[in-house]
Amino acid sequence: MFDIVFWILAAVTVGAALAVVILRDVFRAALSLVLLFLTIAVIYITLYADFLAVVQILIYVGAISILIIVAIMLTREVWHGSPSGKLRIPALVVSLLLLGTLVFTVMSTKWETSSEPPQQPTTAAIGLSLFGEGGFILPVEITAVLLLAAVLGAIVLIREK
Amino acid sequence: MSVGLEHYLVLSAVLFSIGLYGVLAKRNAVVILMCIEIMLNAVNIALVAFSRYVVPMFLTGQIFAIFVIVVAAAETAVGIAIIIAIYRSRESVDVDKFDLMKW
Repeated sequence: MFDIVFWILAAVTVGAALAVVILRDVFRAALSLVLLFLTIAVIYITLYADFLAVVQILIYVGAISILIIVAIMLTREVWHGSPSGKLRIPALVVSLLLLGTLVFTVMSTKWETSSEPPQQPTTAAIGLSLFGEGGFILPVEITAVLLLAAVLGAIVLIREK
Repeated sequence: MSVGLEHYLVLSAVLFSIGLYGVLAKRNAVVILMCIEIMLNAVNIALVAFSRYVVPMFLTGQIFAIFVIVVAAAETAVGIAIIIAIYRSRESVDVDKFDLMKW
């Protein structure tokens, strides 16, 4: 049962990613990107990462896809489509080479998997290790500074002169 | 063969390669940004799969994925701001026409 769910999810995810790359209509590509984000959230659920699945839906499906669609609207590129550049064949070769290397490495490595059961509700555990003693509190603070810098930078860049 | 770590890693590799092809081959800057999002999501799948199968008692992979998501959100906001700023001055989002810094 779990295997069937994984194979369906993998097929939909790869299909949506290919649609983003292949479709000429930029708006339809953005919509299949939303489908990709949703299926990745379900993949997180199959990996017992419930908190991350909700975060994925909130940030990617909720915020980033809206941002991208607004960018498409503002730049009026729907009518022009998204043609491929001159480097199409070299790009295809490079990405196929990378894919072959990655798959070969994954398949030939002996992964030391653990048979322990995964932690089931992960929200409390993630909160503890993000904010608790000896956790990731310094990266969290630095992330806040990064977000502030990104917001200020975006406002400065986009402001009318 | 039941689904294990290798399956998730291969799925992640396939998504990453598709994203890389899009980044290299596409000319529309917004589509390139979308393909970068695909690559970041592929990396997140690999991180969460490692967290689930290699160290299930610790959630370090998932925490790293959260930081990747935050940085990706910041990157998207700044990237779209840059694209719109360039679109204002050049009336195009075609990366072949972005030759402002070319000798």
